[in-house]
Formats: sequence, C-alpha cells, structure tokens
Amino acid sequence: MKYKSQKVAYWFFALSMLLLVLQLTYGFIMGFARIGMDGLHEYIPFNTARAVHTNLLVVWLLSGFMGAAYYIIPEEAQRELVSVKLAYVQLISLALVGVAAIVGFHFNIWEGRKFLEIPHQLDYLVVANVLLFLALILLTLFRGKRKTTTALVLTMGLLFAALLYLPGMLPFDSQVTDSFFRWWVVHLWVEGVWELIMGGILAFLLIKLTGVDREVIEKWLYVIVGLTFLSGVLGTGHHYYYIGVNKIWLVVGGIFSALEPLAFLAMALFAVNMYRKGEKKHPNKIALFWTLGAAIVSFVGAGLLGFAHTLPQTNLYTHGTLVTAMHAHLAFWGAYAMIVLAIISYSLPNMTGRKLYDGTRGRFAFWTTNIGMIGMTMAFGVAGVAQVYLERKYKLDFMEVQNEVSIHFVVLLLCASLFAVGILTYIYDFYKHGLPTDEALEPEENNFL
Amino acid sequence: MLSKQQARAFFLVGTFVTFLIFIGLTIYSFSDGQDQTNYENITPQVVRGKVIWEQNNCMGCHTILGEGAYYAPELTKVVERRGEGLIKAILMSPVAWEPNGRKMVAYGFTAEEADDVIAFFNWIGEIDLNGFDRIVSPLAKDKQLLNKQPEN
Repeated sequence: MKYKSQKVAYWFFALSMLLLVLQLTYGFIMGFARIGMDGLHEYIPFNTARAVHTNLLVVWLLSGFMGAAYYIIPEEAQRELVSVKLAYVQLISLALVGVAAIVGFHFNIWEGRKFLEIPHQLDYLVVANVLLFLALILLTLFRGKRKTTTALVLTMGLLFAALLYLPGMLPFDSQVTDSFFRWWVVHLWVEGVWELIMGGILAFLLIKLTGVDREVIEKWLYVIVGLTFLSGVLGTGHHYYYIGVNKIWLVVGGIFSALEPLAFLAMALFAVNMYRKGEKKHPNKIALFWTLGAAIVSFVGAGLLGFAHTLPQTNLYTHGTLVTAMHAHLAFWGAYAMIVLAIISYSLPNMTGRKLYDGTRGRFAFWTTNIGMIGMTMAFGVAGVAQVYLERKYKLDFMEVQNEVSIHFVVLLLCASLFAVGILTYIYDFYKHGLPTDEALEPEENNFL
Repeated sequence: MLSKQQARAFFLVGTFVTFLIFIGLTIYSFSDGQDQTNYENITPQVVRGKVIWEQNNCMGCHTILGEGAYYAPELTKVVERRGEGLIKAILMSPVAWEPNGRKMVAYGFTAEEADDVIAFFNWIGEIDLNGFDRIVSPLAKDKQLLNKQPEN
C-alpha cells in the first residue's frame, strides 16, 4: 500500500463479502424450493429469493468494483484520495440503499423488472450514491500526478456503468419497449462497460504481479476493450430476437454476438501470455491464481457457454429456459466475481501488512469454489438441455418437465455446498488478515512488491 | 507491430461506429411500419395489467416473451393454452395454487384486477415474436398448421 487513503477499499471489500454470503443463502433457498422443499414459501417465496439473489450479486460486485477503484486510482494517479471522509459516507449510503432494497423485496416493494427490481424511489438514491463515488474518483484522477491508461479505462467503465443505469429508469406502457431498454442497462453493463472495469483491474493486477512493462499491457488492454465494444454493443441484439421487435436483430445480433467470445479469448490469451512473459514473479501466488483464473473462466463461462446458445436458430429453443441460468452462473463467476476476489487477494496483504501470500487456505478456497461452480454450471446445463427437448421439442407440460429435471437440482445443491465451503474459507482468510493499518505503508521504491 | 496509439484508435473508432449503428437500428426498430406488437391495442386496462404484473414481480417466477425466471410456466400464450376462466380463478384464489406441489403466491386479486392481468396477457399473446410464439405454445403451432391447410 502506497497511500493511506487506499485503506477505504478494505471496507468496501468487507461489505462485498457480507453480501456474498447473503447471496449464497438466498441461492440455497431457491435450490431447495426447486426440489420441493419450500418451507419458507410464506415468508420468502421464490420471486423474493430470486430478486434478492440477483440484486445482491449486482450490489456486492459494485461494492467490489468501487473498492478496487479506491485502491487502484490513488496508486495510479500517485496521490491520496481527495476525501476519505466522503468515501466512507458513500460506503455507508451504498450499504443502506442495498439493505433497504433487499428488505423491501420481502414486503412486495419492487419494480418486478428482471435485474432492475430496485423500486423507483431508491433509484434516485442509487444515482446520488454513484455520483458521489464518481466525483471522488474523477477528482483524484485529474488532480493526480499521472493519468494512466489503466486508470482511464477503469474510470471510463465506472462512468459509463452509471450513465447506462438511466435508460432503465424510463417508464414505458409497452412490455416490449420496456424490455428493449432494460437490456440497454443489463446487457451493455455485463457485456460492455463492466468488461472495461474488469479489463482495468486485470491490467493493474498484471502490471503488479508479472512485472511486464506497463506500455505493453496497456496497449493490449485497448485492443481487448476495443473488441469488447465492437462485438458487445451490437451483440445486444441477441436479447431482441424473440421479444417482439424487428427481424433485423436476428441477423445483427447473430453475427455480432457470435464474435463476443473473441474479446474473452483475447483477455485469456493476454493474461496467460503476460504471466509467461513476466520475468519477476510476485510472491502473492493466490492473487495470481485468481487473476489468471478470472481471465480463463470468463472465456469459458461468458465466451463459450454464451456462444452455445446465442445463435438465433438455437436460441429459438433455449430462450427462457435453464440453459440461460447455466451460462449466467459461470459467466458472472469467471468475469466479475473472480476479478473482485483477485483484487481483494492482491490488496489485502498490502493494506493489513499480513503477507498471507501462499497459504493452504487460499488455495483450498480457489479450487473448491471453482470446482463447485463448474459442477453447478453442469447441473444447470443438463437440466436446461433436458428442459429444451422435453418442453420445447416434445411439448410436455411445464411442471411435468420440472419434475423430470428436479434430480439435477439435488446435484446442483451438492455442488453449491462445495462452492459455499470455498467461499467461507476465503472469507475466513479475509478475516485472518486483520484490519488495515497505516503501518502497512510501503516506501515508493518497493513499488513492485 | 501495432502501436499503443493505433490500439487506442481501434478502441475509440470501433466503439463510436458500433454505437452509432446501434442507435440507428434502435430508431429503425421503433419507426412507423415496424411495429410487431399491435401497439394501438394497448388500452388503459392492459397498462393496469402490466403494473400489477410488475408490482408483484411475476417475472421472479414466470417468464413472459421468454424473459424472467424459470420456476413457473411461460405466460406468453397462456390464455390460449389455459383459458381466461382458469387464469382468473388462480389469480383470485385466496389459497396457494399448487400444481404438482410447486406453490404460487396466493394473491387473492379482485375480479377487476384479474381482468386487467388477463387483458395484459391477451395483448402479449398477439405479438409477432419472429416464430418464438409457435415454440412456447403447442396450440399456436397447431393453429398455424390448421390455417395453412386450406391454402394447400
């Protein structure tokens, strides 16, 4: 850690961990409901559990991205954050808005629009919170000694993510138009600007962990985010195939979303090559595991599994089935959850001064979470493909098919348990690092380490 | 070999051009003559149905137009498949509807509210979904085959 104000990041990461545990809890409620064990139905029906599960994912990832920005931007701009006090105000208000939204979901207070369930009144608070965050980051960046590509890409990602929240706040009387612009938020977030954030964090970690020249890493960062937008923006069309808009999206969405894996492939090749190229090896092996893991698993989860059902001919049958859940789980895990866990693993020893670089706990958490998540993805995949054939091809009744595939949710729950053990181990490791301290400040010349 | 400036230009120009095309296609999709939704048929009752749909997060279990959760049936062609009577009874039921042991929240809507939701479903059911309507509803497929036969 080079600047005292970087310590703010610790608390954003701690909030992330707390919300992640809650997200898993609600995931289990849904999993058990799917095998007929829905004892909580009166208090937490499936639609509540699902809204909580997906919104907590968004909030913990955002909290992780914000923590990453508070850690990375001072180091890249070579100055303290403009205001630590306001950063804590932003943290507390983020936590309050998140908790208010989640509690509201239990009392039927929501908007009922997939992924954007947060009610309208709270949307304005989200906007105010994000504006405060952006002001702190942008002021720090522009008052800083240098403006690196890594910092600019990360900041651009966060800025565009905030701007793209706005189309989701527009009211429409047509379900089709509503859905069309909802994807402007959801798709352009996860298959667009969030990849900028991921790319920025990845570049920062690769610079720190491999020692490869910044100029080389940042050049390829531009190529990767260029590929992301080139394919991802028009790739939005894959959400428009069958929702009641023009057929032109079948062609445009089909072609460009088929190109989307290229950006993820480039990211995986980039990370692995930089690691091979790097002459100096950073002792923080766990951070390296998560960093390379994020690049590779995102290619499989977001790139390959996305491609598996993105062509219109396939999507005609898989649209609105568990096949989507298969892709979504590994994609979010690889691309976004793992990159947040990577920056936490890298920064935590630097903020607390406890160099738990290569412990058994860290490795155990990495492998159990990944094996658990791959198992969950396969369970969703088998259930999804069975659902497509039985329901869409052979026209069996929905609930008949659900009964047929329920055994795969038993497998899903077992794999989810392994995943949860890994996450709890990660969090225990987080706790064992202790609290951030000014004593962990390092002199400038120790930049690399 | 690619320089950093060229890489930056690739990113900026590529992003700008694809965004312009995306905006252009969006405007085209919502221009006159491109409507596939029978927009003029959206009555105040349909809008009220949509509000009830959203306020109760029906998408948190069901899918509509293929979007939502995958816990309960797709409702795009539900009126055609199940008929208004059954749907109305389920929406108004004070006890949980429980087909094959999977529970739905007992909303206990008034008759008027249930009619609003059904009006919303009726409007949804008439949208041209580029072929997806035939996949989610066997009845729609059968109906289309029947309609085609006289032509042959």
